[in-house]
Order: sequence, then C-alpha cells, then structure tokens
Amino acid sequence: MASLIPCPHCGSRPKEEFVVKGAAIPRPAPDAGADAWFGYVYLRDNPRGPYDEFWHHTSGCRRWLIVTRDTVTHDIYASRDAAKIGEATP
Amino acid sequence: MKPYRLAKGGLIDRKQPLSFTFDGKPMKGFSGDTLASALLANGQQFVGRSFKYHRPRGILTAGAAEPNALVTVGQGGRSEPNTRATMQELYEGLEAISQNRWPSLAYDVGAVDGLLSPFLSAGFYYKTFMWPAAFWERVYEPIIRKAAGLGKASYETDPDLYEKCWAHCDLLVIGAGITGLIAALSAGRAGKRVVLIDENAALGAYLLSESSRIDGQPAATFAGTLVAELEDLPNVDLKRATTGFGWYDGNVFGAVERTAGHVAASSGPTLVGRLWRIAAKKAILATGAEERPLVFGGNDIPGVTMAGAMRSYLNRFAVAPGARTAVFTTNDSGYALAADLEAAGVDVAAVIDSRVDASVVYGGKARLVRGGYISDAHGGKAVRRVDLWREGRIERLDVDSVAMSGGFSPVIHLACHRGGRPRWSDAHAAFLAPNGLTDLVLAGSAAGISGLAACAASGLAQAAAALADLGVTTPPMAVPKVEHEYSPQPTKPLWSIPGVKTKAFVDFQNDVHRQDLGLAVREGYEHVELAKRYTTNGMATDQGKLSNVNAIGLIAEARGVSPADVGTTTFRPFYTPVSFGALAGTSHGAQFQPVRKSPLHDWAAKNGAAFVETGLWYRSSWFSRPAEKGWRESVDREVLNVRANAGICDVSMLGKIEIRGVDAAEFLNRVYANAFLKLPVGKARYGLMLREDGFVYDDGTTSRLAEDRYFMTTTTAYAAGVLTHLEFCAQTLWPELDVRLASVTDQWAQMAVAGPKSRAVLQHIVDADLDNLAFPFLAAQDVSLFDGKLKGLLFRISFSGELAYELAVPAGFGESVADAVMEVGKVHGIQPYGVEALNVLRIEKGHVTHNEIDGTTVPADLGLAKMVSSGKRDFIGKHMLSREGLSDRGRPQLVGVVPIDPASSFRSGAHILEKSAAPTLENDQGYITSSCYSPHVGSVIGLALVKRGAARHGEEVTVWNGLRSELTPARLVDPVFIDPVHEKLHA
Ligand SMILES: [Zn+2]
Repeated sequence: MASLIPCPHCGSRPKEEFVVKGAAIPRPAPDAGADAWFGYVYLRDNPRGPYDEFWHHTSGCRRWLIVTRDTVTHDIYASRDAAKIGEATP
Repeated sequence: MKPYRLAKGGLIDRKQPLSFTFDGKPMKGFSGDTLASALLANGQQFVGRSFKYHRPRGILTAGAAEPNALVTVGQGGRSEPNTRATMQELYEGLEAISQNRWPSLAYDVGAVDGLLSPFLSAGFYYKTFMWPAAFWERVYEPIIRKAAGLGKASYETDPDLYEKCWAHCDLLVIGAGITGLIAALSAGRAGKRVVLIDENAALGAYLLSESSRIDGQPAATFAGTLVAELEDLPNVDLKRATTGFGWYDGNVFGAVERTAGHVAASSGPTLVGRLWRIAAKKAILATGAEERPLVFGGNDIPGVTMAGAMRSYLNRFAVAPGARTAVFTTNDSGYALAADLEAAGVDVAAVIDSRVDASVVYGGKARLVRGGYISDAHGGKAVRRVDLWREGRIERLDVDSVAMSGGFSPVIHLACHRGGRPRWSDAHAAFLAPNGLTDLVLAGSAAGISGLAACAASGLAQAAAALADLGVTTPPMAVPKVEHEYSPQPTKPLWSIPGVKTKAFVDFQNDVHRQDLGLAVREGYEHVELAKRYTTNGMATDQGKLSNVNAIGLIAEARGVSPADVGTTTFRPFYTPVSFGALAGTSHGAQFQPVRKSPLHDWAAKNGAAFVETGLWYRSSWFSRPAEKGWRESVDREVLNVRANAGICDVSMLGKIEIRGVDAAEFLNRVYANAFLKLPVGKARYGLMLREDGFVYDDGTTSRLAEDRYFMTTTTAYAAGVLTHLEFCAQTLWPELDVRLASVTDQWAQMAVAGPKSRAVLQHIVDADLDNLAFPFLAAQDVSLFDGKLKGLLFRISFSGELAYELAVPAGFGESVADAVMEVGKVHGIQPYGVEALNVLRIEKGHVTHNEIDGTTVPADLGLAKMVSSGKRDFIGKHMLSREGLSDRGRPQLVGVVPIDPASSFRSGAHILEKSAAPTLENDQGYITSSCYSPHVGSVIGLALVKRGAARHGEEVTVWNGLRSELTPARLVDPVFIDPVHEKLHA
C-alpha cells in the first residue's frame, strides 16, 4: 500500500493514520430490491488497476475519503471527501 | 609476527591508539580502524568458522557484504551477535568474540570437512534427515543446531533506546561515494532540500581507499572538501552511519541510523538507533558496485581477499595483506591493487589475468600472466600456496595472501524492492536495475558505469535531471579531473574456472560450493528460485550479496543459456539486517501500548480494587475485603449488596458520543433498528444498532438531553468502532443531514449507582427531586449537584435489573463525587462493585453483551425482535435482515441454563445436547455464551444460544465440555433469572 495518502483536508499523511473500509460503492435506495442489496453488502469487483476505496482519516481529520488506488502499482491517483460520492471520479 | 601495519599512510590516527580483545586476546589498533582492519593489522586473518563445514574463514571484504567475519561484540543486554567486523568501528576496550566454533576457534570439533561432507551436499536437509521421522526433533535438529548457526542473541533486555522519525526532501541521495557526493552537492547548490545518507560513519566510500588523485588532491582529501561544503549548506542533511534498507510505495525509503558508536557498559540508556522513513520527491541510488569473488578451489581460505578490499585495507588503513601476494583478476582493478601493493613494498608474486587479450598497461615490476587462472589455493588456517593454471599446466606459487576480482555487480537492491526485476546486460556483464522506475534513478557504478570521472559525470547528470523534473536548474559544475586511475571496464565474466580440484565456494556464509549448484541443476532444480532453496545459496544473513550473481552465472553455464534466462531471485527489504530494537522503536515495555485509566481509577484503587486489562483499559474487577478468601467471595458479597442495599460501579469506560444537529433525531432513527424519532427530551432509550448485513452490531442507551442534543453510550470495546461507523453514515451515506458527532468518553466520569437504596443515596447530592414520578425509569437529564456547585448528567437506567442510575460528572470531579457518594451512602450500606459483579448482575437479569452479540445473531435470536421497527422505511441493516435464513425457525435463540444439581457447574463455551444425545456435531444444539455463579439463584447459571431455545424452556438437556470431559445435566429456562416482570426497575 502507498506509504503516504493525500487527504484533501490534511495533506499528504502516513498511511498508518488511515483505516480502509473497502470498495467505495453507493448505498442502494431503500426500495432497490434484494439483488441490489445483496450486491452492495457482499459482491465486490477485484479489478486490476484503479479502484475507488473508502478510507477513514482516523488519526487525522476523521473524515471519510474516497481514495482512487491502483491495485497493481499502489499509486494513488485521487483522493476526495466521501460526501462527494455522487460525483464522478475526477 | 609479520609487520602488517605499514609505517606510514592511511586515514588512521596513529596518535590515538586503542586496545581491544579478540576471543580474549589483547590487541592494538588506532582510531579510524574498523574491527576488521585492526584484526588484520594484528595478523588475525582467521576470524571464524564456516556455517556447515566449520572451515576456517578470514576477512573477505571491507564492507557491508562481508559473509565471514561475523563476531559478537559487547556484553550483556548490549551484546550484538553477527556483527560484521568490516562495519564495526574500533573503540577502546572493544571485546569481540568469534562465532560458530566449539570449543574454540583454533580447535573445532565440528571441522568435518573430510568426514561428514558427503552427507552435506545440496539438498541435504531433504535427503539425509528424512528417516526415521521421530529422529528429526530428538536427534538431527539439536545436533544441527549445535553444529551450524551464527551468534547467539542475548536473553537480557537491551537497555538502550530507539526512535522513529520521518524526513521529507526534494532529493534523497543514497551512497556518499564520488557519485553521491557530487549529485548531492549539485542539488544542494541549487538550493533544494537534499538528504544524503551513507551506511558508513566516514563519508566518501571508496574515495577513502583510492590512490588516484582527483583535481590534484588525494582522493580522500577531495572527498573531504565535498563533505565540508555539503555540511555548510543549510538545506542539505548528511546522515552518516545510516543504511537505506528499503524502497517503498510513494517513494518512501526506510533507513536505519546508528546514532551512537560505542556505548560504555556503565552508561545509562542511550539513544543508539533511529528508524527513518524518508519521503523523497526524487531519489538517486549511488550505492556503487560489489566486487565479485572468483570461484576457485580454496577461495575461502583465510588470506584470500577481494581485490578492492585488500586495496582498502592497504590504502585507507595502512595494513598490508602479507609479504607476498598473488592477484587473480578478470579486469583492470587487479592492476590498481598490484600497483598500490608494490608501492607499499609488498611483493606481488604475479598478476594473473584470465584475459588473453588484456590491453591494460601496467607500470609495476610484478610478473604478468595472461590467460591464466588460480585453480586452487592451499593452506589450512592461512593460505600458503596457489596453483597457477595456464593452458593445462600447473605452476605452484608460494604466497601468503591472494586477491581476487571477478568484475563488479552494481548494488541495485533497493531499485528492485517494489517488484521490478533486474535485467542482465551482456555489455556490463552484470545485472542492472529494472527499466521504468519512477522518481528513482541509479547513478555511477550502481548504474554500471566505470571510472571515477564517469561516475562523477553521472552523478551530475542525474541530479540535474531530477531537479529539472522539479522545475529547478542546477548551476554548472565541472567534472573533476582524475589522474592515475586503472578504470575497470566491464569484461567477459568468468564463471567456472578450469582445473579446480578442491571445494570452490560460491556462497561463503551458507557454505555452498560449485558442485552443489551443478548437483541442483542435474537433479532438476535449475530455476534459480529452486536452486536457491535446494542449495541454500543466497539464503544467509548476507542474502547472497557476493554469491547470487556467481550462482546464476554457474547455473546459466551448466544449462548452456544466458544469465538473462536464469533470472534472479527476488530482492526484498531489508538490504542488511535491521535490529528488532530499531523496528520496535519506543513501543516496548511500559510503552508497548498506551494505558487507559478511568477518571475513577484512583478512587477504585484506594477502595481496594483488583484491576483487569480489557483492551487498553484497566477496569476494577472486584473490591476485596481483608477476611475474604478469594475473588468469588468478594463478588458474591458485592452482588448481594446491590440486590439488598446499593452499590457504586465505575462505568466511565463505556463509549460516550455526543450527537448534535437539527437532523440528529433523523440520523439516530436511521442508524438504530428501533425507532428514535419520537424520543422525548429528558428520556433515555435502549438502542439496537445493526450492521448492514442485518446482524446486531452494538447496543447501548441514547438519551435526548435537548431538542438537538443526544448522548449515546456504546459498549467499551466498540466505542471507537461505533464512532467510526456513525461518521461513515453521516459523512458518506447521508451528508445532507445536519449532524455532528464528538467522542466524549474521556470528558465524563460515569458511575452506576444501583440497588433498592440508590435513590436515597443519590438524593443526598442531586439537587432535583428523584421521586419516582419526577424522575421515572429512563429519565435522562442535566442535573445540578451539591446545591448547584456542579453540573452533571443523570440517567435512570439499569444493567442489574435493580432500581439504578448512572451519574456522569466532568472527569476531573469524578473521584471527589464518587467519594461523596460513598460517604452519603454509608448509612444505606453502599459498597463499590466491580465488573465481575456487574457481569453476574446482568446475567441474572438476562441482559446480553458481546458474548451474545457475537456477529452471528440477529435481534430475534436475542429475544429483541419486537424492538426492530416495522414502520421505518430505511435503517442500517433493514434490507438484509428480511432475508429468509435470518428468520428461520431453527435459528439459535437466547435461553437461560441452570444445572439440575445446584452443586454441579458448567462453563461458557460448553455445548448443549439433548438430554441423552451423544456429543456429535449433528446433535449440537448450541452453546453457553455467558456463565457465572449466581448468589441469587444459588448455583451456576448461564445464558446460551440454543436452537429454538425460546420454545424449549423447561427442557432437560446435557451440557458437554469436551475439553474437560464434563457432562452436566441441566435445564433450559427463561433467560431472566430475577424480577421477570421488571417491578424493581420501576420502583
Ligand atoms: Zn484528513
């Protein structure tokens, strides 16, 4: 994993300050149906390349972020506040 | 004894003599010596025994790759096994002990060269000790462990200190030879933040050993000039004795700095190591090249040395290798050594060059042999003679020292730490760093470049390129002029040498010789990764720094392919061993992890609490009284006193979260499974939080203290997790809600005051009327205390099933308030109680904890189905909770368990079987989740998760404990053992 993670609020910080949750996928609507909910809770892509993940700046600003990380090179392409989950990846 | 130390020359300080001992033998050296150079100066070439064959071994190198000269230095907790004598600076009083010999270095009973060696061939671990299996643990392993092995770690605690730091820079330069010094200076003059690290205490690397002149000065003086200017630049940070050990993601480098040389035995704890993480925008690897040994017979006999190392001992430390030396080389570097040896008055028996067509012009007197080889060296504890093989004929040369040079392998380790593979270059006759590196470049001989001037030019060019990427232009700087240099251009590598009769070592540290590799290839282990494991080549603490390339070359030759086709093994951190002390830093002993103490800790301690560690917390378990014989007696008393009178218990470690905002109610309604929207101000509610998969996550109470202000409690262990979860929900799922969260766990001291007399106790200090009507069950309010002197929070909630309250006061007032409660409660018989009694009280009341909320239970399993709101359109966990399997009738359900015979007992974790069923997996009905002795019931009681348990109250079952072979007849009962209609709560 990257040694440093750029936090949009705090700048570049050591990865030890962060906790990862997993794929940054939006929560389905309440009436989305069983398949959508099952997919949200259990099914994950395992892509080779860029991947959006939720990271929590636990020992920093305590904001949840969406970090776009390359699963092969570990490069970080982007990091933004998770409140912007509805918006397209920059 | 021969006069090994030359009368003049070298960078040693002859005015500062130092005394030291080797295996107890007193010796002398000078300030500026390494232990290795001082040993050589004392004629002690023989310094250790080899790993497998116990052959005498000498000092092979003058640097970090040293495989042989490993000694134990220092005493007690400060002893350092496997110290490379070549890297250890000499100090007054140093005591070095040789390793891997028994009973002594000179007379070793394990010297089995001729006797056992047929059994120690490649793969011997797999072949020899296979049968009988029982012999492995009892016979083979202890013998091998005694015979083989390195130094022993001390059992004493290391008294010294270590720390960890970050550094940030524009340019990191690793290696302070000519390449690194020039690169750092160029970038430093341009004003950028530069960090230059080198594993040696003296900067300059091989410039300190060179006899060439640079810009009209001796090479070492030239290095000193560069270092002096670097030291004057405020934007340049020089880190001496700092080994860059790894390259990590984000261009972060790991390095370990040895901050203190020698620490005297009498010194107190001293900072000796600093682990650096260096975040560099750009980095230049100027780590030089490692000279390759030549694989001739007896190439491990003491007195056989790498040519560059011999030159280093001669020029830098003024130590002659002996009186008569043979130089065996495949390239021009052997001539540089021969010239320096002759200048120092050492007789060079011959310069034996494997090349027929060598074009080098040698100005010395020594005999030059072209197209010749040393096929074997002879001698026991010191080399006496070599066989010079030329066109099939052998000539004997009597010598007392041999230098060898098989060409140079660039030190590219760090460049390969992030997955890149080295690539073989025929032009360089070496493996070079992978292509396509980002933000890291190699320069100088690490990049396969030969010659001091070319290295300097490479350093300049790479610094300029790195800074250009950062948008900075480096000021012009001239490439220094070098005189009298034998520049070792790459030559055809020499893998197998003709005429070899005796063991020719490839891996000195793991005792792997040429025939082992041939055997590995013949037996099918021809891939380098297999051959490595089969022969153990490259698997010692030096990780094959000297041996890997020769091994690959020999395998390639045996297979008739290029080294490119054999590949290399994987390079991983650490470049050289790093001590656990440095990696642990300050995290050991009392500082291993933080200690969390409740604001009521001291109050509990002075009332006789025994503490138990739960996570980072120290919780009061019980409060012993003098006459009590064991903890159970104390706990029983505390439980009975709560039921009869009143008790006070520290519950400060519960997680406490303050939630504010216009939408706080809506937010809570979405994170809890039960309804929260209509919770009135001044009321508490038990809340059940699910995970999105429908299983219960945590429980606790949340109180509405004002329209937009809530106070949530969580279980102790989940305090951090719940806050993180709530933050996720607020920030990510529903950012449109106006809600703010803050952990206030440490702001409040919280105490439970429980028991029928708790109201009477608290009424003494709480200003408000606590009458049942005025402050009913689940009331929760800001209160004033002690006639308005203090503000606190009071909750009428109960974990014990008794009339009970929880009182929170600002943390700093905790102890005095608890004292006051004890004081006013005296007449009511109040006693403190601990978490053990708390646990008994809650099991008696059938309250669940994370023993039951174990990640596999849904609300219905715990008897809490009615809590789950059916009216809410959405809450965390709602959608997955409706899955078929989670409402299956056969699911485990919470139930109480009592033994039929009150004198018998069972434990948590024991399984429930039908009354006379055999203990099989098919017959398993569930298991005991919590158990305790209940003084109220008069026997052990338990809570259990049992299939269809709610419908089985009254059934006789068997409790089976397979670990203790216990079968206990028991009965399933209602999980509420006390006051099932909850009269006490509302009293
Ligand atoms: Zn942050």
